[in-house]
Amino acid sequence: MSVLVLAEHDNKSLKPATLNTVMAATQIDADVHLLIAGFECQTVVEQASKVAGVTKVLVADNAAYEHQLAENISKLLVEMAGDYSHIAAPTTTTGKNTMPRVAALLDVSQLSDVIKVVSADTFVRPIYAGNAIATVTSTDTIKVLTVRITGFDAVASEGGNAERQVLSQVIAADKSRFVSEQLAESDRPELTSASVVVSGGRGMGNGDNFKILEGVADKLGAAIGASRAAVDAGFVPNDLQVGQTGKTVAPDLYIAVGISGAIQHLAGMKGSKVIVAINKDEEAPIFQVADYGLVADLFDAIPELENSL
Amino acid sequence: MKILVSVKRVIDYNVKVRVKADQSSVDLTNVKMSMNPFCEIAVEEAIRLKEKGVADEIVVVTVGSKACQETLRTALALGADRAIQVEAEDGLDSLSVAKLLAAVAKEESADLIIMGKQSIDSDNNQTGQMVAALLDYPQATFASEVVIENGEAQVTRETDGGLQTLSVTLPAVITTDLRLNEPRFASLPNIMKAKRKPLDVKTVSDLGVTVGCNVSVVSVTAPPERAAGIKVGSVAELVEKLKNEAKVIS
Repeated sequence: MSVLVLAEHDNKSLKPATLNTVMAATQIDADVHLLIAGFECQTVVEQASKVAGVTKVLVADNAAYEHQLAENISKLLVEMAGDYSHIAAPTTTTGKNTMPRVAALLDVSQLSDVIKVVSADTFVRPIYAGNAIATVTSTDTIKVLTVRITGFDAVASEGGNAERQVLSQVIAADKSRFVSEQLAESDRPELTSASVVVSGGRGMGNGDNFKILEGVADKLGAAIGASRAAVDAGFVPNDLQVGQTGKTVAPDLYIAVGISGAIQHLAGMKGSKVIVAINKDEEAPIFQVADYGLVADLFDAIPELENSL
Repeated sequence: MKILVSVKRVIDYNVKVRVKADQSSVDLTNVKMSMNPFCEIAVEEAIRLKEKGVADEIVVVTVGSKACQETLRTALALGADRAIQVEAEDGLDSLSVAKLLAAVAKEESADLIIMGKQSIDSDNNQTGQMVAALLDYPQATFASEVVIENGEAQVTRETDGGLQTLSVTLPAVITTDLRLNEPRFASLPNIMKAKRKPLDVKTVSDLGVTVGCNVSVVSVTAPPERAAGIKVGSVAELVEKLKNEAKVIS
């Protein structure tokens, strides 16, 4: 049977997280359908139709789906579930919000944050902040899962030619409504898909000091991230948080600046190919996972690093 | 208004877990256990709503073995009014826990259910959403701000792109994110008083729920170890290594 993937998008463009999720889906079954639920999202549909590995794009374009409220999208997915053996979404805040609702309505378990597909019924996922890796097998008739973006390569965004099907049903929630949104503006690459990430922690001292990371980030084409301590202290907004409860990243290069390396932070970046730690405390746990550690005052080291790039 | 808060007993967040040699699970014998940090935030939010006069009663509930009563007593010491332990084996899956919590919520006619966004052991981030689905209640997950007014909860949520505000009609389920509040500590007199607060024990069959799970664990292993790194002496050496050895910058 086929796999249904809930596409991640903002009504304007298809998000890269979708491409990683489609990759996971193709490892389950060759027939992968993509659901675009949104409002006035024609460009997203165009992009989705070209994604390699997608055989069909299902479109639910209605004002009721504009903000992708879990109440509406979960019921839409449940109505379609009968045709599918698997329903998957990326482990983004939208996927995490919606999929457990789908699973409960279908009376099945959900497999969260899958990092590897072993077979159509066996999957691998991290537990205990990534300190243990569980292989689990499910006999549920419909398997509902969320997919860790950094666990799978992206499929090509071009080259596919999926057929389109417009869905007519409209499910509108009456007990839940969107009020407002404050999106963080950034010209930098998206944190979860950037190939280089420069993150600051409590050692940055204050929010203004994060500016010194920007020079290095500019030269490396990097995204900027942060530890929980830096977010809690109000240095930077929460959407920059890397860790067990924030975003999981696995770039080619992760530069941790003024970050001690608590278990919860490591959970979000341990999969990076090369880790660099810059910290003045040589006992900091971050040095145990760093490929290259520099014991130095970040306020000296970062400008010097910027100049030598 | 009555608020139901769920709490979970988990391994303390500071403990580094060890995987058992037979790869069946992680080793929890003689390990420090505590209330899941997100549940502490949920309890704190309920207490603040009571202090503001929004809520009259806070009922705290957990699903698990007798040892979980200790977690309930902690919540009572912080300010919850009474507690319910649903006696069950530890480590039930999210859907079973959600079914039990939904049954308790119905029995209690709770107006608001506050839960943590995820537990730090299974890292599932499912139960709150599942409770909402089973009760057909609206949900507001990953909350960083909650305002209750006119039978509605206006909730600011932490999303990947920033913040989103939703309004949900009560009864509803709210799950807490880290930034919602700073949980208080229990004082010694309150810990003593908590021992006299009511704690009911219910069984799974009392609630008329069938628990079971179609997902089984094949193995639990330790994550791959990273090869030991090196310390460099200067920024120049660091840049040189990144260029020529790691080849991650050009």
